Amino acid sequence: MSVGAGSGPLLEVRDLTVHHGQLEALHGVSLSLPAGAVHAMIGANGAGKSTLLRTIAGLHKPTSGSILLDGTDVTGLRPERRVTAGIVLVPEGRRLFPTLTVQENLLVGSDSARPGPWTIDGVYDLFGWMADRRSQRAAQLSGGEQQAVAIGRALVANPRVLLLDELSLGLAPVVVRRIYDLLPRLLGSGVTVLLVEQDVSQALHVASRIHCLLEGRTTLEGAPAELTAEQIEGAYFGLRNGGNGAPGGGSGSGSGSTPGAAAVGPTDGAGSTGAGA
Amino acid sequence: MIWVNAIIQGILVGGLYALFACGLSLMFGVMKVINLAHGDLAVVAGYFALGIIAVTHTHAISSFVHVPVGVSYALVVPVFAVVGYVVQRTLLQAALNRGVLTTLLVTFGLSVVIENGLQQFFSANSHSLSIGSLVSDSFGIGSQITIAYLDVSILAVAVAVLLGLQYFLSSSKYGRLIRAVADDREAAQLAGVDYRHVFGIAAAIAFGTVALAGLAFGMYTQFNPTIGTDQLLLFAFEAVVIGGLGSLWGTLAGGILLGVAQQIGAQYNAADQVLAGQLLFLLVLVIRPQGLTSRRETA
Repeated sequence: MSVGAGSGPLLEVRDLTVHHGQLEALHGVSLSLPAGAVHAMIGANGAGKSTLLRTIAGLHKPTSGSILLDGTDVTGLRPERRVTAGIVLVPEGRRLFPTLTVQENLLVGSDSARPGPWTIDGVYDLFGWMADRRSQRAAQLSGGEQQAVAIGRALVANPRVLLLDELSLGLAPVVVRRIYDLLPRLLGSGVTVLLVEQDVSQALHVASRIHCLLEGRTTLEGAPAELTAEQIEGAYFGLRNGGNGAPGGGSGSGSGSTPGAAAVGPTDGAGSTGAGA
Repeated sequence: MIWVNAIIQGILVGGLYALFACGLSLMFGVMKVINLAHGDLAVVAGYFALGIIAVTHTHAISSFVHVPVGVSYALVVPVFAVVGYVVQRTLLQAALNRGVLTTLLVTFGLSVVIENGLQQFFSANSHSLSIGSLVSDSFGIGSQITIAYLDVSILAVAVAVLLGLQYFLSSSKYGRLIRAVADDREAAQLAGVDYRHVFGIAAAIAFGTVALAGLAFGMYTQFNPTIGTDQLLLFAFEAVVIGGLGSLWGTLAGGILLGVAQQIGAQYNAADQVLAGQLLFLLVLVIRPQGLTSRRETA
């Protein structure tokens, strides 16, 4: 199929099933991410959101299904090879190198980077405070500062797809807002974002498209503007699935396992506001 | 005066212990591998040096080209570094993929294989590496203290190696990657780092330093196939624990304290030498189990 860029989705997840031992964490999840989009995964604890991101980053091996970056199958690549291919994850809990300085953390990120617009100086421009504290150990930073360094470490690798796992975990709301305010600048540099967010209203606010998981399955997918609060609530908790006619019900939704859901995708994406680049 | 002498001799031999210990500490710190074959590797380096001398100083070769003894010895170190990289990428990585406990079994097995192999090929007799008159040359301070040039040289080499290693780890790209992988292997992968390659480099350094330690030991005294686990591994462990994991200067301090304790013990009774070191080791474990200089930090 596609050889060059631009024609198909930038990131495509096809019918992904992942097991943690005996436990099935993801069941047949599909996802299509056009370039320049901000795609938000929502869902309760244990729904499989982080597993999905970690599998896309290469940290989990899927039982079946495939992951394509710009039409190229990357399912067999090791995590470090996916970074050089352009898929970079900011993991849950920041995961900086605590004994390394801020500057060294960024250097490790840029050591095996693809060529691109982001440099360490660019990250220092993005976060004004960071340059002055470049020689401090990462362990000495506050949670919000660590999150900024973690984002910077991912950016200097010049990702095509940036995966953000629970940015807001353990951070004050004002800090979270400041970090999300950066999203337009990231999109402006040509980065496409797939994020996991516990805070549904935050996800609806920043995303061009949201995707709800429940117990490892897709329960809802669509542009925020086209989804009602009831639909999201039902998909999130799985309470009204039978009663209200979901998962098929509602204008923008579709259950992940039917081919029809994928067909709806690009139309919704084009109609939304987030496609900046 | 004999006590001053004991302390000086202890400090001198402490450098050798630190040289043994730094590779052990590095491999544990970076890949969480407790290399039970570490002492045996040092002994292999000694026999390897003997082999090189035997080959390069046969009449047929030495009549064409004169290879200085020191050069022959020095060849062992880069060879060991390459072997270290290969062993890590193959045997130890395969063991690591099956869990940390497996590495303990694999290195234990390696130790048994090495010791029995050496006994098979070289017999149980003791050997030493000849370095001509340097082994006995010395200078005196007063009438009771005699310092051998060899001992001073070994301490100087040990300090130089530790300084170089410190500089490499703190200032070079691969030093940075080694520290990053030691901090958080998975996060390093997510930053695009091939941790297996970095592990290989760390193992290369560990094997290179233990080869150097083995050579120094072979010049300092006699070695036999079983001394690797009987003494060297034990001393390396003790130096690491006394000094504290993760700090090269702690390792040097640990090696020197161990050496001093042993020499002081030997002043009472030659049979108490090893015992005194172990008493210090146990004392540190009880009073300060993280070691004297450990700088553990939490994220």
